[in-house]
Amino acid sequence: MAAVILLQAHGLTRHFDGLKAVDGVDFVLKEGEIHALIGPNGAGKTTFVSLLSGRIPAQSGTIHLKGRDITKLPAHKRVKAGIAYTFQITQVYAALTVFDNVALAVQSRGAHPIRAAAMAALERVGLETRAGQIAGTLSYGHQRVLEIAMGLALKPTLLILDEPTQGLAQGEIATFKEIVRAVVPETTVLLIEHNMDVVMDLATRITVLNFGTILATGTPEEIRANRAVQAAYLGEPC
Amino acid sequence: MNGTRALALHLGVLALLLALHFLAPSYHHTNIARIMVLAIYAMGYNIAFGYTGLLSLGHALLFGAGLYGAGLLVYHADAHATLALIAGVLAGGALAFAVGLLALRTAGVAFMIVTLMFAQAGYLTILYFGSYTRGDEGIVIPRAARMLGSLDLSDDGTRYLVALTLFAIALLCNLALVRSPFGRVMVAMRENEERSRMLGYNPFTVKLAALTVSGLYSGLSGAAYGLMFGYVGAGLASVQYSILPMLYVLLGGAGTVLGPFLGALLMFYLIDYASSVTDAHQFVTGAALVLLVLFAPKGILGTIRARAGARGAEWLP
Repeated sequence: MAAVILLQAHGLTRHFDGLKAVDGVDFVLKEGEIHALIGPNGAGKTTFVSLLSGRIPAQSGTIHLKGRDITKLPAHKRVKAGIAYTFQITQVYAALTVFDNVALAVQSRGAHPIRAAAMAALERVGLETRAGQIAGTLSYGHQRVLEIAMGLALKPTLLILDEPTQGLAQGEIATFKEIVRAVVPETTVLLIEHNMDVVMDLATRITVLNFGTILATGTPEEIRANRAVQAAYLGEPC
Repeated sequence: MNGTRALALHLGVLALLLALHFLAPSYHHTNIARIMVLAIYAMGYNIAFGYTGLLSLGHALLFGAGLYGAGLLVYHADAHATLALIAGVLAGGALAFAVGLLALRTAGVAFMIVTLMFAQAGYLTILYFGSYTRGDEGIVIPRAARMLGSLDLSDDGTRYLVALTLFAIALLCNLALVRSPFGRVMVAMRENEERSRMLGYNPFTVKLAALTVSGLYSGLSGAAYGLMFGYVGAGLASVQYSILPMLYVLLGGAGTVLGPFLGALLMFYLIDYASSVTDAHQFVTGAALVLLVLFAPKGILGTIRARAGARGAEWLP
């Protein structure tokens, strides 16, 4: 596979007072891959993807998307440039209907007619029969799926999923994996995930973050065999 | 089309108001004309507050912009009332845009304070230039200047029908706005700004656009009020006139198209009745506000819509 670089971060840094949440990270995302970002709690994963999506400004370092410098681009323009972010804590519009939630994503990319495009986005994740329901009354699992549907409805080139399977039942995780597999390679996926089965099953490459720096990057097999990763997760052998 | 029921409801209200033109006794006839003009103001306030979540305490500035934009032109430049009306609308929109550029850098409580300060500055400016505005005493617009083309606004019947026409246009535009894609984005901004930003919407421009539309409505209402009732005074741009549309909207139902009118109607008659039995009618208004916030924070139509569940939004947008 000819690996075209979709996104490249160089020396990306964000400190919160004394805490080095993200500290000089170099990172490359190849087009069409499913890239998992793992690491212990507090390793800086969410901060790192927030820097990529523009929710938090970087203190230093650069980010390039398809060769274009987007370091200074505000978050809403990065979305237009093709980076979609789905929230770790479900952030659907609870008071609006399922349809309106997806329609907001669809009309943001200028799709027309909105109704047809929104229904297509719902069909993709199997929520089409619930279009008229108030989103806040959906089950937790369905809200997570709706969140992903909103991200996909933006037709992004890069979809960032922040712990998408958190709190999902086994059956729902299987559906989620199917959805993600279906979007590549048109969409590149960057996934923060704690569920190792999901990571090992889906990811083509894995990056391990620890204390705001990259511990290792490689294929699932390489990461599994990496001693430094084992130490970070399981503690140093005495 | 699932919008037919909502459209039918709103057209029904307009038909009822037309019927009242022939049926209402003179005293109520004049009151309702006034209420319709004030309801346009409340609709404008509702577009900012009810739909977009911008709690402004300074809308009297925008109402005043329309009032004085029209009034000063007629009084000092002998402008035609039609031209003055248009000028008033534009003055409201332009001032809302300018204030928005600065005030929308803040949010929440800070936004309330900044808008309040802008409105106070506007009020004091009116008093400062008393030689032009005649300050608190105000300007009485002569009957001859209150001609909208061939329509004499000092005539009760004509005034009612002009008020109804402007109200109908404002109401139907409001309905179309909130059912449009942009209306959906306004609500999204109110519900979750961060989420909306991550769907590619710039919160600043969305809020600025909504505030400007709100200013156009407020300006129209102010200009119409001055021309129809023949009086332009600083009291109409005081802080009380920033609070009134909020009361109307809270009572009728924030984020509903008909709420501002219903709220204006009920509050007008509540104040009217209260002042006939006591001097402390402002106490009654205050008590009404406290009761509303405590027991019916969604207002009348907001509560009805919530009871109706997901279907409610279809006929009560």
